Amino acid sequence: MIYKETGQYKSSYKSDHAIFPLLQDKIAFSILMFVAFLIIPFVINSYWEKAILVPFLIFSLAAIGLNILTGYCGQVSLGTGGFMAVGAFSTYKIMTSFPDMNIMIIVLISGLITAAVGILFGLPSLRIKGFYLAVATLASQFFLVWLFNKVPWFYNYSDTGQITVSERTMFSVPVTGATAPPYATYLFCLVLVVLLSFAAKNLIRSKIGRSWMAIRDMDIAAEIIGVPPLKTKLSAFAISSFYIGVAGALYFAVFLGAIEVTESFDIMTISFPVLFMIIIGGLGSMLGSFLGAAFIVTLPIGLKFLMVDMVGLSAVTAKHFEITIWGLLMIVFLIVEPHGLARLWSIAKEKLRRWPFPY
Amino acid sequence: MRIKQLLIGMTASVIAVSSYVEMAIADLKFPMLVYRTGAYAPNGIPNADGFVDYYKMINARDGGIGGEKILHPECETGYKTQVGVECYEKNKKDAMVFQPMSTGITYQLIPKATADGVTVYSTGYGRTSAANGKVFKWVFNAPVTYWDGASIAVRHILKNNFGNIKGKKIALVYHNSAYGKEPIRTLQELSKKHGFKLMLLPVDHPGQEQKATWLKIRKARPDNVLMWGWGVMNQVAIKSAASIKFPMDKFIGIWWSGSENDVLPAGQGAHGYKSLTFNAPGTNYQVHADIKKYVHDKGEASGDGSHFGTVLYNRGLFQAMVQVEAATVAQKIHGTSKITPAMYRDGFENVNLSAKRLEELGFKDFAPPFKITCENHGGSGLAAVQQWDAKAKKWNMITEYMYGDSSVVQKLIAEDSSKYAAEQKITERCG
Repeated sequence: MIYKETGQYKSSYKSDHAIFPLLQDKIAFSILMFVAFLIIPFVINSYWEKAILVPFLIFSLAAIGLNILTGYCGQVSLGTGGFMAVGAFSTYKIMTSFPDMNIMIIVLISGLITAAVGILFGLPSLRIKGFYLAVATLASQFFLVWLFNKVPWFYNYSDTGQITVSERTMFSVPVTGATAPPYATYLFCLVLVVLLSFAAKNLIRSKIGRSWMAIRDMDIAAEIIGVPPLKTKLSAFAISSFYIGVAGALYFAVFLGAIEVTESFDIMTISFPVLFMIIIGGLGSMLGSFLGAAFIVTLPIGLKFLMVDMVGLSAVTAKHFEITIWGLLMIVFLIVEPHGLARLWSIAKEKLRRWPFPY
Repeated sequence: MRIKQLLIGMTASVIAVSSYVEMAIADLKFPMLVYRTGAYAPNGIPNADGFVDYYKMINARDGGIGGEKILHPECETGYKTQVGVECYEKNKKDAMVFQPMSTGITYQLIPKATADGVTVYSTGYGRTSAANGKVFKWVFNAPVTYWDGASIAVRHILKNNFGNIKGKKIALVYHNSAYGKEPIRTLQELSKKHGFKLMLLPVDHPGQEQKATWLKIRKARPDNVLMWGWGVMNQVAIKSAASIKFPMDKFIGIWWSGSENDVLPAGQGAHGYKSLTFNAPGTNYQVHADIKKYVHDKGEASGDGSHFGTVLYNRGLFQAMVQVEAATVAQKIHGTSKITPAMYRDGFENVNLSAKRLEELGFKDFAPPFKITCENHGGSGLAAVQQWDAKAKKWNMITEYMYGDSSVVQKLIAEDSSKYAAEQKITERCG
C-alpha cells in the first residue's frame, strides 16, 4: 500500500528509463537531497563532519569506484588503498606545484591521473581472472604504497615522509586545511559525491555499463557477441580508478589534512574495508555502495557510543567487544543475506508494496 | 514475532539512553588517547596505566588540581590516525591537553589543535621542530626531542670509542613512518661531522617482519646499531639481534625502544641491550608510595596493576605530572581554579620543574629538571643511557644525563620550523 506503483503509467521511453521511475522514490530522494544540502550544512558540527559525514561521503565514492570494477565488471581488486594513495599524492604534488589552481580542478585531475595508473595495473586482467587477479591487484597495493614511501620526490623531500595539505578555498571559503569550517568541507564532498554518483549511475545504464555486465556474467559469450574485452575491462579499471582517485584526493586534502602513506593507505585501513563495504552493501548496486559505506563507517562509532558512553564500559573492553561483534556481524551477514544491504532494502520495498496484506 | 523482538530491543535502548547521565562540566578534562589493543598495545598499556594511576592519585590525595577534579576519559585509538581524529573531535570541547602517544596522530592534530585552541603535549616524540615555541604556539614536546636523542646516542658511541668514530659504520633500524624517519636528517648531519657511515634500514608497520633487515646487518657488520622502534617491532628486533649474536652493548634504542616488554621476550639474549631514557625506572620514589597508598591499596589500579614501576609506566607518571603541573601553574597565573584551555596553555608555557619542585611533587631524582619558555617548548634536551640486566631483570642507568649536539640540532629545528611557518603562514611570536 505504502509503496504502491499501480496507476503510475509511463507514456514515453524517457519516463520509463528514469533513474527513479516511481513517484515515491522521487519524493524520498528529493527529501534526502533537501536535508543533505539545505539542513545538514546549518546544523553540522566538527564531530559529525570529521567522524561521520565526511568519511562516509569519501568512502561512498571509493565504494562506488570499487563496485564499478568488482560489482559490475566482475574484476576483483584489492588495490583500492594503492589507488587512493595515487589520488592523494597527485593532489599533493599538483597543489604544491601550482599554488593558484582551484581545489576542485586539482581533485578531478588527481582522479584522471589515478585512472591512468588504474589502466596500467588493469593490464594483467586481460590474461588472468578471479583470485589470480586479486593477487595481481594486491601487488599494486603494495607497490604503490612502497613507491610513495620510497621516492622522496613524491613527498617533496620532507624529512618525515608526511604530506600536509595547505589551505585552499572555494568561493573564498576554505575547504582544506585546519581552519575549514565543517559545512564547507561537507558541502564540497557532497557536491562531488552527488555529481559523480549520477554520472556513475548513468554510465552503468548506458552501453559501456552493459558491456561491463556482459563481461562479468560470461566473458567468452560477451566476446563472441562483439563486446571487446580489452576496451571493456580497461575502461572499467580506468573509471573505477578515477572514482577511487577522487576519493583518495578528498581523503587526504579535505578529511585528514596530513597523511603518512604506510599508515593511511594500509591494506587493512582502506582496501579490505572498502571491499567489505561493497560486499555488505551489495555487489553491483549503487545504493549498496552507500549503504555499505554508511554501515562500515558508523558501526564502530555507534558501537563505541553505545558501549562506552551509554553503558559505561571502559574504552578497551568496548574495543574488544567491538572487534568481536564486528567479526560476528560479518559472518552472520554473509549467511543471512549474501546479497547485501541493498537486497534487504529491495525485500523491504516488496513488503511495503503488499502491506498490510502479506502473503 | 520479529516485530515483538524489535520492540523489545527498542525499549531497551531507550532505557539505556535515558539512563545516560552527562558528566559534570566544572572539572578539568584531560582526555586520553590510548591504545590498549593492536600491534602497539604492549607499549600502550603500561603507559596509559601510568597516566590513569597518577590522575587517580591526585584526585584521591589532593582532591584534584586546586580543588578541581581531573576527568580523564579514555578513547581507544589502536594507534590509528583516523580513529585518533574521531577521538579528538569527540573530546576536544573544554579539553586541557591532548597527549596522542603517536607521531602520526600528533602530526594530524598540530594544525587542528592550533586552530581550535587546544594544547598538544607530545612528550619526547611527535614533530621535533615543535620545540620552537615561536612557531608552534599550542604544541609542546619537552623534555627532549628525537634529534637530541639521535645526537645523544652518537655522543655515547663517541665516548666509547675515545672520541673517534671516523670510518665506523652505524646502522639505523627504524619504523618506516614519520616517527622512525625523524632522526635521519640529524644522523646524516652528524655523519658528515664525525665521519661515520650511516646505514638506513627501514622496517615496515607493524614490524614483525625483520628477517631481511638483520640479514643485512649480519652481512654489513655495522659497528653500532641504533633503533627507532615501537610496539612489536622492538621485541622482534631485540630477539633478532640476539639470534645473530650481535653484541648487545653496541645496540642502542631510543627511549621508546627500552621497556621491559621489549627485552623480556629475548630472555638472556637481551643482556646488555642499551636504550636512552629521560626518566628513571623503579619504584623508589615518593610518587610511587603515594600511588600505592591512595590508588593500588584501594584496589583501584588501572588495568591489572602489574606494570607498576616499569619504564613506560613511570614515563606515563612523568607525562601526567607535567600536564597536571601546567594546570597548577595556570591556576596560579590566572588566580582561578577554573581554568580555560587558553589559560592552561599559558600555564604550560611557564612550567618550571626545578629540582626543588620535582621533589615537592614526589619525583626527586626521577628526571632531570627542565623549564618551558615561550621560545623553547622542547625543554632541557637531556637524556641518559640505561642498560638491561637480563639476570636481575632490571634496567640500570649507566651514564649521567647528557645534552645532545645543540650546534646541529638547533640549526635543523630553526630550518624545519621556519619551513612550516612559511607553509602555514605563521608569524613568529615571543617578540
